[in-house]
Amino acid sequence: MHALTAGLGLKADHFEEALACPAPGLWFEVHAENYLVAGGPRLAWLEAIRAAHPLSLHGVSLSLAGVEPPDAPTLAGLAALVRRVEPALVSEHLAWSRRGPHYLPDLLPFPRSGEALVTVCAHVTRVQDAIGRPIALENPSHYLAIEGHAWGEIDFLAEIARRTGCGLLLDISNVHVSARNTGFSAEDYVDAFPAEPVVEIHLAGHRADPILGERLLIDSHDAPVAAPVWALFERFVARAGARPTLIERDAELPPFAQLLAERDRAHKRLAPVVAAL
Amino acid sequence: MPTPSSLDDFQRDFAAALLGEATSAAAQALAAQPGFAVYRNTVLRGCIDALAANYPTVATLVGSEWFEAAAGRFARAHLPRDGSLAAYGEGFAEFLAALEPATGLAYLDGVARLDRAWTEVHLAADAPVLAASSLAALLPMELLDTVLVPHSAARWVNSPELPIFTVWRRHREHARLDDPLDWRGEAALLTRPGAAVVWRAIDAGAAVFLDECAQGRSFAIAVERAFPAGSVVGNDSWLPALVAAGAFTRLEP
Repeated sequence: MHALTAGLGLKADHFEEALACPAPGLWFEVHAENYLVAGGPRLAWLEAIRAAHPLSLHGVSLSLAGVEPPDAPTLAGLAALVRRVEPALVSEHLAWSRRGPHYLPDLLPFPRSGEALVTVCAHVTRVQDAIGRPIALENPSHYLAIEGHAWGEIDFLAEIARRTGCGLLLDISNVHVSARNTGFSAEDYVDAFPAEPVVEIHLAGHRADPILGERLLIDSHDAPVAAPVWALFERFVARAGARPTLIERDAELPPFAQLLAERDRAHKRLAPVVAAL
Repeated sequence: MPTPSSLDDFQRDFAAALLGEATSAAAQALAAQPGFAVYRNTVLRGCIDALAANYPTVATLVGSEWFEAAAGRFARAHLPRDGSLAAYGEGFAEFLAALEPATGLAYLDGVARLDRAWTEVHLAADAPVLAASSLAALLPMELLDTVLVPHSAARWVNSPELPIFTVWRRHREHARLDDPLDWRGEAALLTRPGAAVVWRAIDAGAAVFLDECAQGRSFAIAVERAFPAGSVVGNDSWLPALVAAGAFTRLEP
């Protein structure tokens, strides 16, 4: 198996180019939920990509920090998808999005209490048992000051990784956005993040809030990765070494060649490190 | 210092604030922070974008401003229940039919039913398609007692009074939109015999026939109900056309 360097989020508009792209180290990530369907062209399309490139399944709706555990049909669907495409990576977020019968399509915050720690660990374990492999847990973007945190985010993630054996997905854009919005040092966060459990990195573009401006940054995935985020990426890689790194883009989609050029920037930083191993 | 709320209390308050029902002091304090609007917008935007993706013909017909207002009202009343939004929006056609203010587009909910049919066909489970030869191999008497089982990826929509299929397919096929409409009822069949969703006009009787097949009725009963004595069957190719389109998956004796 060739080593993963930098990957791209896969978009339907780019299917043909993505399928044919020969870039070394390239891989693709999809939102698992878009493929939790009974059958049809979507799955055929994903299998075609998988036959050509390594794949990462990124979940957005398992609600691992929700009070209720991920439901059995969803887990069975995810397990079937994992068997079907044999992804190189599987990941989810440290967030919740379900309440009773409803799915609230966002990654919602919560107080990092001892109760929350036990809850998230139980749900991560449930997912890992269902799919028969570890997942990686991602730090989300923050927009609010929440009362009642007993744990810092880094220690909380590290403790979940220690208790459940899961990996971590360090979203460096989320660190930058959250640092600005809630008032901490992004450099200190990246320096303190435990390197060993990190199995994937995310980089994405963000935007200033249309009303509040630079005081509130939004993790919008609709722009190129910004300079301060590239600097934080460099800072982490210099300390921790290479990790599979995704350029996320979900809106204002540019031509594939433009995304690939952005991806190549990360690849050029990672490839020599991977080659030296 | 206040006692930290339980995870359940926090999430209850947060969800209430997201939906504009912040009654507790904790929920109101959360909702008062400037960043809270990001979550509120993202949740609603996620629902509206999913509806726009799943009802593209409706969105084109009414324009983005009207569509977003209607989709927002639908989303608040019918939040998603599934983490996959690929099939979100069941019931949107019925919602549009009952919606005030009316758009003046009498065929809007019918077009929504066709958009919904397309999505359901697109996402349906893979299954074998009944071959014409399997049907041809039956003796006429055997056929009468046989049930033709509709394919998992077959949907049909019957509109007794309005030309919804013509309106819908003109948009889907990027055809001329300004040709005059023939204001009479239409029925359509959507299937997935290969890699893509395909559609065709069918006789209204054929739509009734498919309804009867889906109820598990035998061929003889389905034909009798679809084409009662005295009704006009345009031609006798309706059954081979349904089979060729992939409307059925198998025969049950």
